[in-house]
Amino acid sequence: MDLAFLSSTMLTLIAAIPMTLALFALSVSLGGMLALVVVWMRVGGNPVLAAIAKGYIFVFRGSPLLIQMFLIFYGLAQFSVIRYGPLWPLLREPFVCAVLSLALCTAGYSAEIFRGGIRAVSAKDIEAARSIGMSGPLLVRRILAPIAFRHALPAYSTEIVLMMKSTALASLVTVWEVTGVAQRLIHQTYRTMEVFLCAALIYLALNFIVLQALGLLEHRLSRHLRPVPGGR
Amino acid sequence: MNIMTLLGFGDKGWALWLLLGAMLTLAVTAVALVIGAILGAAVASAKLSASVPLRVLGNAYTTVFRGVPELLIIYLIYFGGSSAVTSLGQWLGYQGFLGLPSFIAGALAVGVISGSYQAEVFRGAYLAIARGELEAASAIGMPRSLRFRRIIMPQVFRLAIPGIGYVWQLSLKDSALVSVTGLVELMRASQVSANSTHQYFLFYIVGGGLYLVLTSLSDRVFTGAERHANRSMPSASMGKA
Repeated sequence: MDLAFLSSTMLTLIAAIPMTLALFALSVSLGGMLALVVVWMRVGGNPVLAAIAKGYIFVFRGSPLLIQMFLIFYGLAQFSVIRYGPLWPLLREPFVCAVLSLALCTAGYSAEIFRGGIRAVSAKDIEAARSIGMSGPLLVRRILAPIAFRHALPAYSTEIVLMMKSTALASLVTVWEVTGVAQRLIHQTYRTMEVFLCAALIYLALNFIVLQALGLLEHRLSRHLRPVPGGR
Repeated sequence: MNIMTLLGFGDKGWALWLLLGAMLTLAVTAVALVIGAILGAAVASAKLSASVPLRVLGNAYTTVFRGVPELLIIYLIYFGGSSAVTSLGQWLGYQGFLGLPSFIAGALAVGVISGSYQAEVFRGAYLAIARGELEAASAIGMPRSLRFRRIIMPQVFRLAIPGIGYVWQLSLKDSALVSVTGLVELMRASQVSANSTHQYFLFYIVGGGLYLVLTSLSDRVFTGAERHANRSMPSASMGKA
């Protein structure tokens, strides 16, 4: 094992971590917000909106992220409406296209996860809230959303880890995050195994931190479901 | 140029090219599923075994291959495999570079990833078998191998079908990443036709549409297989999952 090579590889890859994290944070937060809109359309009761949401989920879950990313990065530039439109300075940036496609894709998966969480809210809880006169937004805010989010959190954690891995695809539209830099190092040095080990270590560490944070959140959100320490 | 000509079967059309790509996508995914099933069964039994080193090894396998980006694993197997083949060639007296065929590298890479997910599917299915049935088999003096063949295997297979269906869908989408090795599966076929005609939007939409056809057809196949495998079970357990 060549320690000098390993440590220089590690340093080069660590320098790319901020890019991976930026892609991850932006796409998870944008995708999460979009998922809320999609799930609201899906369960809101309006059949037209529900059909649109179903179509959205079908398309973005049924096709590979890479083809969606290429469609946005190469496909949109083909239209003069977009090329000469006000959004072009943004849409010609590979980073923006990568974040956009990651967010659109995760929104499809997350919407289904959130819907599962909503379905897990017991009808009794809703009835109880209605019987004391709670309705509409207040019921969603106080009863439905907190319970649904708690139910959805374990599956949503898995989706978030998948997103960390999906940021790697941004390297294929020339965004230099950890996997892209690793691929360049492999090409320059032909030492695949060492570079792979360093990059793998980085992703495992990032995923570990994210999973610990989400585990902590889950623990906090289910505080009232645990027995009181010292009680009974 | 006319869209219908571009998407037709004529000598200016790309239909045959894209359909061949879709076939190759199915072939890569199918080979990967088999590789993944073999790896997954081995890893699941390691994770369920009584030996601590085996359990650690099994857990390391599933943690690494489920936690590292698919693209990195494809690079590892494609470039790493090629240099391994090259050094094997040098040892046998052949000078120069030898590449691992991209179909084998791709199927192996997607298979290794699929194996890490299938291991969890098999482990879950094994744990879902009622303990009483295993005890009953031992109580009437069934040897371990017979118990495995008659009691464990058929039930693990039946309980694993929904999970295998999920892994198949994942692998189908992962196989698009094999395009980086130059294998002309559906993703690469869409890319080549988009680049040569400059109709990027059109061909990525068509390619994406073909993926949707593949995923929804395979969804039907797995739902049917699940119904078939559960045909002798009480109806309460049907239609779930």
